[in-house]
Amino acid sequence: MSTLWRFSRFVSGSIQIVRRGEPLYWGWICVLLALIVSGAMAYTNQLHRGLIVTSMRDQVSWGFYIGNFTFLVGVAAAAVVLVIPAYVYHWKPIREVAIFGELLAVSAILMCLLFVMADIGRPDRFWHLMPPLGYLNFPRSILAWDMIVLNLYFAVNFVVVTHILYRAFWKRAYSKRLVVPLVLLSIPMAIGIHTVTAFLYNGLSARPYWNSSILAPQFLASAFCAGPAILLFALQLLRKFTHFEIQDEALHKIAELMAYAMFLNLFLHGAEAFKEYYSATEHLLYTQYWFQGLDGHRTLVPFAWSAVTLNIVAFSLFITPATRRNWVTLNIGCLATYAGCYIEKGMGLIIPGLTPDTLGEIYEYAPSFNELRVAAGIFAIGFLVFTLMLKVAVPILLSEFTVDSAPDGEPSRARVPQTAAVH
Amino acid sequence: MDSTLEKKPQVTRRQFASCAAAAAAGFVLTACGPRRLHEVPTDRLKLALAAMEREYRAKFGKAVHVADTPAIPGVLFAYALDISRCVGCRRCVHACVDENNQSRDPEVQWIRVLQMEKEKGVDFGHANPYYEPATVPEDGHFYVPVACQQCRNPPCTKVCPTGATWTEKDGIVVIDYDWCIGCRCCMAACPYGARHFNWGEPTIPSGVLNTETHYLGNRPRPKGVVEKCTWCIQRTRNGRYPACVEVCPVGARKFGNLLDPDSEIRYIIEHKRVMVLKEELNTVPKFFYFYAT
Repeated sequence: MSTLWRFSRFVSGSIQIVRRGEPLYWGWICVLLALIVSGAMAYTNQLHRGLIVTSMRDQVSWGFYIGNFTFLVGVAAAAVVLVIPAYVYHWKPIREVAIFGELLAVSAILMCLLFVMADIGRPDRFWHLMPPLGYLNFPRSILAWDMIVLNLYFAVNFVVVTHILYRAFWKRAYSKRLVVPLVLLSIPMAIGIHTVTAFLYNGLSARPYWNSSILAPQFLASAFCAGPAILLFALQLLRKFTHFEIQDEALHKIAELMAYAMFLNLFLHGAEAFKEYYSATEHLLYTQYWFQGLDGHRTLVPFAWSAVTLNIVAFSLFITPATRRNWVTLNIGCLATYAGCYIEKGMGLIIPGLTPDTLGEIYEYAPSFNELRVAAGIFAIGFLVFTLMLKVAVPILLSEFTVDSAPDGEPSRARVPQTAAVH
Repeated sequence: MDSTLEKKPQVTRRQFASCAAAAAAGFVLTACGPRRLHEVPTDRLKLALAAMEREYRAKFGKAVHVADTPAIPGVLFAYALDISRCVGCRRCVHACVDENNQSRDPEVQWIRVLQMEKEKGVDFGHANPYYEPATVPEDGHFYVPVACQQCRNPPCTKVCPTGATWTEKDGIVVIDYDWCIGCRCCMAACPYGARHFNWGEPTIPSGVLNTETHYLGNRPRPKGVVEKCTWCIQRTRNGRYPACVEVCPVGARKFGNLLDPDSEIRYIIEHKRVMVLKEELNTVPKFFYFYAT
């Protein structure tokens, strides 16, 4: 019972922190809430009229939602880039930022699950996936695997983060017996969620663009670029707006790791492009549609080349020590990485995979306004959760906010705050 | 503190009652709760079919019969299409729409007729499904109608996360429209574009509704689920031909029992040059294409 009481103190303390903030904080929250409301309205429209309000059709049966889902699984998986050195090698500078990687993973997985919910035709039947009431086609269906590993990964990261913060709130060290095994488990799981997501596409012989064994490694490589890119932004903002100390060395190390990941990503893409163009079988059509367009259908071509350009720019900036230590070029590199991977992993993976369709028809897909609004709403939910979690985590980790500064709960046990006595 | 220690090993009446209630609820939900239609006991299936009939009567204002005719023992259906005869008139497409209650708006069509160039052969990369000349066939072209190939090694049923699609004993791949969650994995997996999604609310004018239906076939579908050709399961399990076979003006379509050595389908496979689409994918279709002339 006392554990429950302690935990409720932790929760009410967290709510107190979330309710305090400067105008900038509230402005950001309002922007996110506005996007969420707009997304919810668009989603209601989609529920009412069906997925016909999107641009997806039988020819291109997956689109923007599934593209974002794939990209965000990568972002969630990339938390390991920070977790591996932090926990396994006890490498100090990154250790303090690893928990933010886990927070990012939790928000990213949440967005992934929401994107899947937005994409399915009958969200009211979601429980059909959940035994014993429903039926999960496991182990045959890869989507069944994906649902299991995504939810487990979400749970593992959520438990670790909550435990560390809860203990810090009560001014106690976290339990190594709980955290270390879970963190060690989360490392293979992070690789697992992205591999399984790649297999979701990889296993479909009907789609030659995806049916290539290079897909899973390529997924991991681009994930280890995009995930840290988001985190580098978040960490710089944290440093600016809070007292949290993050050493330059840690940020530069992340940038260096990103350079290697980006090299691998470009190399794997190059290997795939070589195979397609040199052998020039009928499977070349999909790659051609992406890079050159087919029969005058060129909607995706500008996106393809901007992704390539952005990725090369990012690689050059991160591999050069001088430019990854310069804050301006570092941030340009992050932006380029994020944008490059987002294009290549979202639209660049899903759409050419389905165009031309299995019977050779070219249906040019571009997301509808309704689709964009729903997607923006889901991103806003993810950012809102990430913001609120950071808002709670930072003061607790800095020991600026503990049980002493959260007078609440049972009157007999709560301490009388000093400031209240003065006034 | 002492009193709680004493009480700890005992189970109170309230605890016992709530545990028993939870166990009972769990049992009831797993035994009688919602299930895939093909695995519920017969009496529950009958109730479900009666509920469907009531729903359709209310929606369309006329009596609809929903059958559950099972597969005939010793029957494995197969189909053959004579490419040299097909003239590309698309009568099969529309007969199929009428027979199988496909949505008229938005339009859903289970059969897609591809116009191909004789110079290029069967080449999906240069196929045209939207040909619209005043008369068919056009010079220099031939026609390949494509619908579900009823694969023996179907990629679509494998990927379904809820097991809402499977192969029946007579070889027909079917979908449980009440269990499909609309994730469209099967559409990504199908190499023949045979699966179609109800992107909007399907509409069928009451006047053209086919009231003789099968629960795994042509009963009206809801929005947000996938549907496909079932070789007219509501007809073929009662010894009739599929609608497309009946309507074909040139007799290009053949249908029968693969296990019957005297059937027309066996004669064609044994005596004609037969091929299947995308053989390299090892889907092993039971839908054959052949050149009779």
